[in-house]
Amino acid sequence: MSSDKQKSEMSENQKDSRRAFLRKLGLVGGAASTGAIASGFKYSDSNQGEYVKVMTSDHVMVEVPKTQMQAVKLDTEALQSRGRVGIKGKRWVMVIDLAKCRNARECIKGCQKHHHLHPYQFHINTLVMQDSPKSAPYNMPKPCMHCDNAPCVSVCPVDATFKRQDGIVLIDNERCIGCRFCMAACPYSVRIFNWEEPFHAEMYKEQPMEYDIEANIPQKKGTVSKCVFSADCLREGDLPTCVSSCPNGVFYFGDENEDAVTNGTTKETVVLSELLEKKAGYRLMEELGTKPRVYYLPPKDRVFDTPEKPDNHHS
Amino acid sequence: MSGEKFRLNKTKLDKIATDVLRPVGFTRGFHNWMAFLTVALVACLYAYYIQFDKGLIVTGMRDMVSWGMYIANFVFFVATALVGMLISGVCGLLGYKWIKPVSRIAEMIAVSFAAVAGLVIVSDMGRPERLLNVFLYGRVQSPILWDVTVVTTYLVISSLLYLLPLIPDLAIARGRDNKMPKWQSMVYELLSFKWTHHPKQYKLLFKSIRILTVLVIPTAFAIHTVTSWLMAVTPRAGWDSTVFGPYFLTGAFVTGMAALVIAVFVIRNSYRLREYLNDDVFDKMGKLLQLVCVVYFYFNLNEFLVPAYKMKGADAIHIHELFVGKHAVMFWFTQLAGLILPIFLLLWKKMRSPINLMVISLFVLVAAWFKRYIIVIPTMEHPFLPVQNLPHEWVVYQPTVIETAVTVGSILMAVMIFSVLAKLFPVIPIWEMAEEHVEDKENETH
Repeated sequence: MSSDKQKSEMSENQKDSRRAFLRKLGLVGGAASTGAIASGFKYSDSNQGEYVKVMTSDHVMVEVPKTQMQAVKLDTEALQSRGRVGIKGKRWVMVIDLAKCRNARECIKGCQKHHHLHPYQFHINTLVMQDSPKSAPYNMPKPCMHCDNAPCVSVCPVDATFKRQDGIVLIDNERCIGCRFCMAACPYSVRIFNWEEPFHAEMYKEQPMEYDIEANIPQKKGTVSKCVFSADCLREGDLPTCVSSCPNGVFYFGDENEDAVTNGTTKETVVLSELLEKKAGYRLMEELGTKPRVYYLPPKDRVFDTPEKPDNHHS
Repeated sequence: MSGEKFRLNKTKLDKIATDVLRPVGFTRGFHNWMAFLTVALVACLYAYYIQFDKGLIVTGMRDMVSWGMYIANFVFFVATALVGMLISGVCGLLGYKWIKPVSRIAEMIAVSFAAVAGLVIVSDMGRPERLLNVFLYGRVQSPILWDVTVVTTYLVISSLLYLLPLIPDLAIARGRDNKMPKWQSMVYELLSFKWTHHPKQYKLLFKSIRILTVLVIPTAFAIHTVTSWLMAVTPRAGWDSTVFGPYFLTGAFVTGMAALVIAVFVIRNSYRLREYLNDDVFDKMGKLLQLVCVVYFYFNLNEFLVPAYKMKGADAIHIHELFVGKHAVMFWFTQLAGLILPIFLLLWKKMRSPINLMVISLFVLVAAWFKRYIIVIPTMEHPFLPVQNLPHEWVVYQPTVIETAVTVGSILMAVMIFSVLAKLFPVIPIWEMAEEHVEDKENETH
């Protein structure tokens, strides 16, 4: 009994410390890029308690009387300039273990709720795949691959979709002109378009909100939307919504620079390179040279039954 | 347009000017025609208003087929506009004399279709009010930036190629016609730039036209090559092709020639200009149409049969859909009626008579429009990864009434611009025709 309890306590501690670690880094990154939030910084020293050191938006350290301090709510512009830079020092990476996916579709539901999507809109979609006629079908969650050589980013005429330094490909729906060239260019068909008023259009009207580029909400009619690795959650030190919504331990998420990924269900952190090596990780359509940031582990020794054969709408 | 021994034959000039200037002017028939076009256009603009208000949900496009009829129509417009370059540029520089009576009509097509092409692309945008972003935040690595640049450049050069040779004609008309409404003679006055038919002026004119005809060739090559790259730079099966640039360019010649034949036929009959737009001109246009069809057919062979021989995974699905699948009827119509049959029929001189050539060109032009549909849509219907969890109507593309109306509206607009130009200014270059006759006589006496 005691060993079990110990284990669960340990994993709980691990989870907490990892969260705290991510949160700290996220906040420093945010403060460096905008300077608007001072909460991430500690007081400079104790004998001059009434002054606080903060960094301005042009990266100069200044001291401000503590009494003058005021928390600033970030407006669209500040969120955009912060969101375009990304979280410093990070190279986000996702690993999807196909052996564990039973198409529970919890990742999809969580994602659609988080990003205010219509039920027919998918930032992440689980497909039933079959690689060749005699091989067994398997379930494959398909988020954006956040390619390092992203075809969508190359073709965007207005820099509305872009690659951040932490590896995430975002879309700025305040700038997107709706030409849908990125959708045509994406070989993974992961991008979606707001063909009509967004799902929460009424809510936006009643309670206007600042546009958060890192979550791409509010959604906007006539613009492209896409998986953003829940960049807003990452800034808070949390895992992406799909990763933490999965009941079956399919997703690992983490930082390539740290060579560590955390499982969204078990919160277990493992070494990325070892995981990919041991389980023969691969990337989708490697031959296209897109250099995805999402890795798959082959559906070997599956935990669940194989799904039914897919209907690919090819006829 | 040699320019060296330039002289105008006064008697010829007088007759040509009388014939060509007779149909100029906004007649009652023209008013009726424009009224009809305007009413139809207003209906189409209302369809666009609905789209602007409700979003692109009113079209048949969805996340899988995210480019549809609008993009196909855009490619068609750019293709048709290219006939200006083929006639003035290529044939002009090669020194072909027969193009003189049709060269201005070719430029009119170029101007009206290039001008509307830009609007067609705007109608496809989800956020048309953000068009300025292209100039504010434009990124040079996006083919859309290249497209905007070259389409604008081509429109400017084509407009100049239309307006410059018009200067002496407007001066001639100004000196003769007196029944013109006041505003029209003011336009003539303004655009003839106080032309006095001085040899020095002609020398300058020849030089400018020469420079423009040289410039229009690379520009036109660029505009349609870049248009093909909108598709060819993506990895999708059916677009991922290295011959897409020349394939589009040669296809544009076919489209443009067919449009030119139809325009010349209509003008010849309604303006009673059979003497100038004669059987010989149609014979020559028929031969040129056949030539460009053969060249385009060659690129079609490469584009379809090479992948069909290999049948690589994604290509195989695409080829199957075109040859025997869902799009087979449209595909074989474009290939047979738009390409193979014209090539054979035009071997006979009888088939190059005005009426026969016009009918053939009608088929070629309609097939050319559907060919663009075939290029854009089937590829989008079959992405690399399976399409799942989407409603059926989100997977299969079916153009809606609103989408069709907006497309028809773009064609109406081009026809309107062409009609106004055809009634506002002389459609045949008077002075160039007169010049030709002088030179012919000189040649005979030598």
